[in-house]
Amino acid sequence: MSIDLKTIKHISKLSRISVDDQRAKKLVGDLNSIFDFIEKLNELKTENVKPLTSIAETTLKLRSDEVQSKNIREQIIKNSPQDNEDYFVVPKVIE
Amino acid sequence: MSDITKQSLTELVESIKNKKLSSSEVTKAFIERSEKSKVLNAFITEDFTSALDKAKKFDQKPDLDLKLPGIPMAVKDLFCTKNIKTTAGSKILNNFVPTYESTVTENIWNEGAILLGKLNCDEFAMGSSNETSFFGNVQNPIDKNLVPGGSSGGSASAVAGQLTPITIGTDTGGSIRQPASFTGTVGLKPTYGSCSRYGIVAFASSLDQAGPMAQNVRDCALLQEVISSFDAKDSTSIDFKRNHYSKDLTNNIKGKKIGIPKEYRVDGMPKEIEDLWQKGIEYVRDCGAEIINISLPHTSYALPTYYIVAPAEASSNLARYDGVKYGYRANGENLIDMYEKTRSEGFGAEVQRRIMIGTYVLSSGYYDAYYLKAQKVRRLIKNDFDEAYKKVDAILTPSTPSSAFKIGEKTNDPVSMYLNDIFTVPVNLAGLPGISIPAGHDTKGYPLGLQIIGKAFDEQNILNIAFAMEEKINFKNKITDWWIK
Repeated sequence: MSIDLKTIKHISKLSRISVDDQRAKKLVGDLNSIFDFIEKLNELKTENVKPLTSIAETTLKLRSDEVQSKNIREQIIKNSPQDNEDYFVVPKVIE
Repeated sequence: MSDITKQSLTELVESIKNKKLSSSEVTKAFIERSEKSKVLNAFITEDFTSALDKAKKFDQKPDLDLKLPGIPMAVKDLFCTKNIKTTAGSKILNNFVPTYESTVTENIWNEGAILLGKLNCDEFAMGSSNETSFFGNVQNPIDKNLVPGGSSGGSASAVAGQLTPITIGTDTGGSIRQPASFTGTVGLKPTYGSCSRYGIVAFASSLDQAGPMAQNVRDCALLQEVISSFDAKDSTSIDFKRNHYSKDLTNNIKGKKIGIPKEYRVDGMPKEIEDLWQKGIEYVRDCGAEIINISLPHTSYALPTYYIVAPAEASSNLARYDGVKYGYRANGENLIDMYEKTRSEGFGAEVQRRIMIGTYVLSSGYYDAYYLKAQKVRRLIKNDFDEAYKKVDAILTPSTPSSAFKIGEKTNDPVSMYLNDIFTVPVNLAGLPGISIPAGHDTKGYPLGLQIIGKAFDEQNILNIAFAMEEKINFKNKITDWWIK
């Protein structure tokens, strides 16, 4: 299996990371060498193996839905790259 | 002054409790040494002024019943610290100031410790040499232009260089044990679920664990005792009976069964590591333990499994960095363009690479072939350990397949960089505890580590084995202070 430039462009779209052509070419090489290494898993037959999704096989605990952090709105907004004191601001979405 | 920074955590706690030293004296000593050690680039953020204030306050009303009374310490910059910048070694979080404290650091401050600052690490803990940090390389105190390992490279460098008496790191595939091995220090990766992940910048949630790094096993045990706690804020935190690891520490390991896995004898492993491993086997035998040869047949599949599972989880975890609510934002023509430019400019090359691998293995048409396959193999790897632990109490292996390498030596070949973690990754996949202790030097005089892997929740046992071995090995770290003029 090999990953071509078109696939890289597709993954870059899905990842929401823009890559220019030069970087995309480099990624073709990198990802192919990594996937060559990953392909080793195909040596194993795993039809009847149950996938391990979590190492801590406990059921999730329930807790009461109570507000713990109060009055931190200002602090939270302060971390945003662009704000108008009340909201997070993003580029215009609706024309 | 310099004598103070040479002391172990246990000695410093003793000195403060006996009033031979004040917290201010200790804090000042570590700050002075850190000021002279900027070349190491171990710190991303220093909090020295406030540390001195806190030390002064502690001295005015010292609570000497605490486990870390007035002890200054720096922590990996992956732990959220309230009101103190937390970057995860990334440009994308360069201006992020958390409004809350991670549970692990909260536990530490509750026992009287004082924050010195935040330590350098690979970006989002993705790396094995600290070279992916946005804040630059970290120097290994062992030798100039030598990597300290990673991702907890700043942490390892700071402990080995005596800029902090102890520290905490995080370990997703070896990020505590490998840098500990590269710097001649002790590092413990606890059982998954032992230390809360709340407030730790997430990398791969089914693998990430915080753990202590120290100059010796006893210090490591004491810090583990402080940071390990059940926490309702982490849905995978496990409620089990936790030992008083430092109080219960013993060098009596008579009759313990130690497994030696043949699959860890990998091709191309330097003879000095093979010899060191053999020496380690003799040491535990001298301590009265029984050596049993075992097999972990799926060992060679651990790294390929890891490089599917970890990037997959990372690609999901890092989807939150979109330039909207916090962190770096690039200007874009529209919302999508803003996202794409923000993530392209904000993440470094290795992080982008891993997000893209993760996105690919989770994408439509490839999920079963890669991600599901990896989860199945992960089960086989865990089963190997379960089988082995029917026969043995712990497993002894080398920590790394080589000693520390030069800065820049492996940056162009991601796969050769990944091979660093060949002995540590299986432990994360199986959720087990593992400790690396310094066990000798190679011909260049660089430290080499041995790893002891335990059963789940059996930290006490591997700490005891490490403690017994430490006495026999009598390792002396060769720190020449080359970076201090």
